[in-house]
Amino acid sequence: MNALWKFWDSSLGKKIVMAVTGLAGVGFVVGHMVGNLQMFAGAGAADAMHAYAKLLRTSMPLLWAVRAGLLACVVLHVTAALQLAARNRAARPQGYQQVTPQASTFASRTMLLGGILLVTFIVVHILDMTLGVAHPNFTHLDPYNNLVFGFQRPLMAAFYVLAMAALGAHLVHGAWASFRTLGLRKASERPLHRTIAVAVAIIVALGFMSVPIAVVIGALQPQGAASEMQASR
Amino acid sequence: MGGSSGRTLNLTLNVWRQAGPGSAGGFKTYQAKGISTDASFLEMLDVVNEELAAKGEEPIAFDHDCREGICGSCGMLINGTAHGPWKMTTTCQLHMRAFRDGETITIEPWRASAFPVVKDLVVDRSAFDRIISAGGYVSIATGNAPDGNALPIPKVDADAAMDAAECIGCGACVAACPNASASLFTSAKVSHLGKLPQGQPERYRRALRMVAQMDLEHFGGCSLHGECMEACPKGISIDHIMQMNRDYVAASWKGEPIAKAGGAG
Repeated sequence: MNALWKFWDSSLGKKIVMAVTGLAGVGFVVGHMVGNLQMFAGAGAADAMHAYAKLLRTSMPLLWAVRAGLLACVVLHVTAALQLAARNRAARPQGYQQVTPQASTFASRTMLLGGILLVTFIVVHILDMTLGVAHPNFTHLDPYNNLVFGFQRPLMAAFYVLAMAALGAHLVHGAWASFRTLGLRKASERPLHRTIAVAVAIIVALGFMSVPIAVVIGALQPQGAASEMQASR
Repeated sequence: MGGSSGRTLNLTLNVWRQAGPGSAGGFKTYQAKGISTDASFLEMLDVVNEELAAKGEEPIAFDHDCREGICGSCGMLINGTAHGPWKMTTTCQLHMRAFRDGETITIEPWRASAFPVVKDLVVDRSAFDRIISAGGYVSIATGNAPDGNALPIPKVDADAAMDAAECIGCGACVAACPNASASLFTSAKVSHLGKLPQGQPERYRRALRMVAQMDLEHFGGCSLHGECMEACPKGISIDHIMQMNRDYVAASWKGEPIAKAGGAG
């Protein structure tokens, strides 16, 4: 058994893998959320979002490398999570009649459930907004109008908002726990204290939610396709 | 010192009874009458057991030894909390003034596949012993006792090691953990020895072997719920888990060196 397999096979090794891939995910969602805020650029928003989509495609090999990296992170994160959950369940075959939580939080106790919701969301989201196959009115490289038309379906907008609430909860525990799992924090008088993770979770969740909510309340309306796209037609 | 408060309590106990390791168990209800608020929780059980013995019934089996909070024997889940409602207090140091007259108290053994029930509230915690055997030791120089303070240790390190060394191996961390993980126990041992110069020769091997043994005993993994730290009667911090993880990652990177046969002398 080589050292890498031994590491992956140990519960602690799996937690380390989950922390590293989780932090990669945190970086991704922060970047994605900030990019989305260009939806609020006013009259030029469709142009801004189009330019942003083109910018991400500056180098297709690089884009595909990033996508492959992200996919690998998701696969490793989910595999480790499911394996650990099975081990954790086996570690207590008989539960308590009465148990009073002292320190665990709603966020920490719902990591598995929220994670399953997020995986479902990722699949739906890619079919909907990346491939457009689950989208009523999809135009490649016109993300502004794709988002607006997409969120004019109230149920889909509600699903996005729910998923982003789950993402926030996942980050409240996960962003904090990742740093501790990797041993990147100093010893502390209040080791359960987490200000930065809560701030990141709230900002990311609200930032993502702002777009579907703005569409549902009518603050974002369809715009003419980006000027560059019209010119090329 | 103050004398007896003179107050007494009448309580209903809901206790897990199990005849032996393989047998099916269940909760049984007992009345504990006229219990002094000055009694410890174990003394309350002693009173109940005397009545049971007098009636010819099997007394409630529970582990206990020092009854002064330092041996780690007397663990049980009391009303859903390991060692009961008082923070940083073992069951033997929990006193009955923590309860109200007429209260129902649910008492359960630690629940973990690594801690099988021996009888009633007694569990087999020898999985902890095997984790210690796997790496919880240091190389020592035999011969004359060394001079005191011959080996300088920074106070910060000595304090951190002492904090970890407070662990009494009671198993409350495992009992309270939603995953039945032994991470707090194992990390306290890794941290206790790894912070001191005497513990350096085996530092990385220790982390690898103790973590491997923890998995072999079928403890769960750490999700950082923080329940262990709250349940720990010695207030051991989850910061030690960071130390264990750092040592484990470094050790995995280095790999375990294969010792050559034979030694010096």
